[in-house]
Formats: sequence, C-alpha cells, structure tokens
Amino acid sequence: MNDGDKTRVLDVRDLEVHYDTREGPAKAVDRVSFSLRAGERLGLIGESGSGKTTVAMALMRLSRPPARIAGGEVLLADRDLLKLTDAELRQTRLRDIALVPQGAMSSLNPVMRVGDQIADAILAHRRDLNRKAIRTRIVEGLANVGLDPSVARRFPHELSGGMKQRAVMAIATSLAPKVIIADEPTSALDVVVQRQIIQTLGRLQDGLGAAVVLIGHDMGLIAQFSDTVGVMYAGRVVELGPVQQIIETPRHPYTRLLIDSLPGIRERKALRGIPGLPPRLVNLPEGCRFAARCPFAFDRCRAETPEQQTVASYHVAACHLYPQHDSLPPITASEDTA
Amino acid sequence: MSSELARYIGMRFIQFLVVVFIAVSVNFFIPRLLPGDPIESLIARLQSAGGSQEMDSQAIIDNFREKYGLDKPMMTQYLNYWRDLFRFDMGVSLSSYPQPVSQMIRQALPWSVGLLATATLIAFTLGSVLGALLAWPRSGRIIRTIVPTLLVLSTIPFYLLAMILIYLFAVLWRIFPPGGGASPTLIMEWDWPSFVNIVHHGMLPGLAIVLGSVGIWALGMRSQTVSVLGEDYITFAEAKGLAPRRIFLRYGMRNAMLPQVTALALSLGHVVSGAVLVEVIFNYPGLGALLYNAVRGQDYFLVQGVVLILILTLAVLLFIIDLIYPLLDPRIRR
Repeated sequence: MNDGDKTRVLDVRDLEVHYDTREGPAKAVDRVSFSLRAGERLGLIGESGSGKTTVAMALMRLSRPPARIAGGEVLLADRDLLKLTDAELRQTRLRDIALVPQGAMSSLNPVMRVGDQIADAILAHRRDLNRKAIRTRIVEGLANVGLDPSVARRFPHELSGGMKQRAVMAIATSLAPKVIIADEPTSALDVVVQRQIIQTLGRLQDGLGAAVVLIGHDMGLIAQFSDTVGVMYAGRVVELGPVQQIIETPRHPYTRLLIDSLPGIRERKALRGIPGLPPRLVNLPEGCRFAARCPFAFDRCRAETPEQQTVASYHVAACHLYPQHDSLPPITASEDTA
Repeated sequence: MSSELARYIGMRFIQFLVVVFIAVSVNFFIPRLLPGDPIESLIARLQSAGGSQEMDSQAIIDNFREKYGLDKPMMTQYLNYWRDLFRFDMGVSLSSYPQPVSQMIRQALPWSVGLLATATLIAFTLGSVLGALLAWPRSGRIIRTIVPTLLVLSTIPFYLLAMILIYLFAVLWRIFPPGGGASPTLIMEWDWPSFVNIVHHGMLPGLAIVLGSVGIWALGMRSQTVSVLGEDYITFAEAKGLAPRRIFLRYGMRNAMLPQVTALALSLGHVVSGAVLVEVIFNYPGLGALLYNAVRGQDYFLVQGVVLILILTLAVLLFIIDLIYPLLDPRIRR
C-alpha cells in the first residue's frame, strides 16, 4: 500500500454518506475507501441502491439533502475535497475532477447551444483564453469524442442519445482533468452505442492520462473496461481487486453470486439471481450486511461486522471466511434459481 | 433552419389573421342579434335632450339608416363594415354624438397601453425574479419574508386593494393624486413636466396592478424554478464548476421562464378586462373607462369599437409572444 504514493491522484478514505430519514440516518455509503493512480481504471459495481451513485456524487461533493457527507476524506493530490471552500471547490470541479453524469440525456441545458455549454465550462476556469482559443478548444474537444465541429452550433434536442453522451464527455474532459467520475455513462443507450461510448471514454482517458472511476451495474461492461473492480453491497465495498482475480477467483460470496448470475449468450443456462433483498440501511444491526442472503453465513457473520482484509496482492475482501480459507468453498446450500 | 423559422412565422401569422377575421365578424354580428334598435334609442335620447321636431327625427332616422346601410341586406352591411374598418371608420358615438368612435379610441388607447403594459411588465418581471429567488436555496431571509407578504396582498380583492391604496396614499398621506390621467390644468406637451405629471398620476393605479398580481407571478415562477433546479443539467452545471449566479440565471431561471411566458400570454386577456376595473376606480381616461361608460350609456358603436380594439390588441400581443417564444425555447422551432 505504500508504493507509488506520489502517483496516487485520488485517495478516498472512510467515506460516509448518510441519508437523513425520520427514523435516523440511512448509511448509504459506509466507510468506503479506495485509491487510484494516474491512468488507472476502477470499476465500481453493485446493484441498484448499493450506493454507487451516492459515492459518485460525494466524490464531486454534489451530495444534496437528504444525502449528507458524514465523514471521511476525498484526497485529490493531497488536498481534501471535502474541506475546500466553495470557491476552491468550484475551481477544482472539472479542472481536477470531472463528472460524466448518469442522465446524459438530460444533462445538457435545453436552451443553450452545445458549443456555448462547452465554452462556459472552459470560461469558468480559464478567464485568460480569448474567443478564438476557446473556439479551437471546442472543436478539438468535439473531435476527441468523435463529433463533428458543426455540433457546437446545435441544440441538445437536435442530437441523438449517443451524441448527447459524447457532448457531455467533451464537456467533462474540456480541462484535461486528472480524475474522471463516470456514473453509468451508458444507461439508456443501446448496446452498440454503449460499447462505442465506453471505447471513447477509454481513448479520452489514455490521451489525458487521467484516472477513471466507472460506475455501473453491468459486470460485462465494467470487466472489459477496468483494471480494478470494486464490488459494492448495501453501502460498503465488500471486495476490491484486479479485474482478472475478481472474475476468476472471487473471494466474497456476493461477488461470486454476482458473476454467476451473468447470463451467457453461448450456453443457455437457467437465469440465476441472488435470492433475497438488500437490507434497509436504517438502524442496521452489527454483522455482515450480506449475511441474510449468503449461502456460507455462520454465527460470527451475524454478530460482528467484517472488516476489509487482504486476501491476495492488491486484493481485499470484507468477509469472515478469511483468512481461515484460501478461496470460497463450493456452494452446497440453496442452489436457488430465479 | 431559417426556412423552418420562416415557416413557423408564416403559420403564426396566418393564425393571427384567422383570429382577427373571426373576432371582427363576431363583433359585427353579436350587437345585431341583440334586441333593440340603436338608432331609435339614439333618437329617443336626442328628443329627451329636447328641441327636435317629429319631422326632423324621421329625417334623422332615415339619414342614419342610410349612412350605416341598415336598410340594406345583412351581407351588404357586413361587407360595408369591413370596408369602413379599413378606413378606420367605426361610426359615431351615440353618447357623445357626433364624435367619431375612432377618435375617442385614439385618445384613450395610449393611456391604457401606457399604464397596463408598464404595470404588467413590472409585475411580471418582479414576480418572476422574486419567485425564482424564493426557490433558490442560497437566497437570504429577506426574500423569504418579502415574497409571502406580496402573496397575501395578491389575495386581497382588487377593488378593496385599490380603495386601501387610495385611502393611504391619496387621502391620508397625500403623496399621489386619487385619480385621473393627468392634472386637469396640464397642457400636454412632449416635455419633462408632462411626463412627470402623467407618471405621478399613474403611480396609484400602477401600484394596484403590480401589488395585485406580483405574488401570483412569484408563485408560478417559484414552482417552475423548484422543478427546474431538480433537473440533471443543473447538477451537471455545478459539476462544471460554474459560479452559482451563472447557474441560477442561465440554467435555472432561463428554463423556468418558459412556462411563465406562456402564462403571460394567457393572462393578457385578463389584463385587458382587468383594465376596466382599474380605470373606473381610478377614473383613468383609458379604454376600460371608455368601455364602462359606453356600456352604461348604451353606446353600441362605441362598445363595438372598443371591444374590437381590445381583441385586436390581444391578438397582436399573442402574435408577438408567439414570435418571441422560439427565441426563448429552441425546441419550439418546428
């Protein structure tokens, strides 16, 4: 954990986000930690409600009530984003850390031309640029995401969904940020366009040398893109490691079930889900949050919350099975189909 | 794109012409379907004023019948009506005989347009800005106290509000004159004293209109802004690191204004009818007061003329808003 500290561009430590409810705070993000080196691609995966998007918003410090960042640090080159003043925060957004939002379809202002929306992003940070320099940057930015310069003069409603997503990526990368948070950038797009968008994201990232946090629920897409995968369940990162190891030798039972539930296109097998539902996040008792759905759960899982522990190099899992076991035992109980 | 825009404007203009045609026609037929004969009531009035002989009145009746073509078939009358309109000939007032209706309207129109357009635009602008600020989480406590107060004022019935204003400003404190368009002694010129005098007289009726409607504008804008601020493009604008003021104006208000402009168009009709009440209460020499007096005096030609002008004004205003709208919302230009 101490190698390459200098190249670490994003370091998230014990991030906590709570949703204030009438019954008390719901811990939607509970002590989430991870870090990225320049150029690294981290995929955060989890089902709906696991806290992925809440993490993305917190990383931009865009959490809005009832969500509230309750603790932790988001270190961008040793500066804690959560401690910046409003003015510093504005300067940091887009320049150091940029968001490719979830609802790309609705993330563009309907009454402004695409070019103006790129321009005002640049102008908010670079007062020194003249009109011509900005114009050049707009054209370059559009070209980088595979869009024609004429798109600058279009309004959002004149673009297709894929083009809108590209335009949003052009805005997000217009100041060459060191970290890009891509929150399900392909939701609401068809599979072919999804693939193109992810490829474009990868190309942009290579060009900028930026680190990317890609958030999603599609294991296939995440696995193709990422170097490292973090698996979230009920607000916690239950497993984090290199993509190859996560897929071939998952250590957390949830990761295993998640991978097993992927439908294959060549062999037709019965679709398998994970029985049960995630717990409510208010007034959680001690113990593993996955215990109720876990085929390997034993007494300790219900009494004591498992902490992350190293299970292989660069690979951590929050599960009581380790270090007693080297790998997951075969599933014997509850071979449910759904 | 520009041909699309031209088509849009062309379509709106045709709609405008159709509306005007229908309005003018309805305005022609409705008084003629009403019971009673305007000429006879005119003669009765002239006779009660005294002096005229039986013979004379029959001559006058025939004269009028011929002048207005009332002895001809309806269709001919209708065509003549159109012909006269294009000459700005709307007949002669019966209550202020023999003043031409067109002249009376020409005198009243600037007063109404000046007062109502100014007051409505002030109320609309002020209300929209206040409503947007009320929805903006960063606004201070002052905004949060002012706007609900204005809302309370808007719920007071208009005539009551007007009475209160007259009592306070004209009777108690004597800051503004209680009514009229200008001082009776004023000699109207295009100069500064005339302007000040007219504005001074317009303050109370203007204030009544603004206070009476600003809260309603604010309320509409507030709910629009609240929903716009929940949009993804606001979040993304914040993620871009834009200054709050810019997000508020170019991303928030700019989008929340769109339904407000539609509401403005719809409320213009109300403004026109509301003018009657304002002008009567404040004894303002505009179209509203003219209409009120014309109705009371059974002055058919004058009523017809004023109503026609009100409809035309409304149609023109709606047409202008139709033309402005695609500039505000690019999605409309199809």
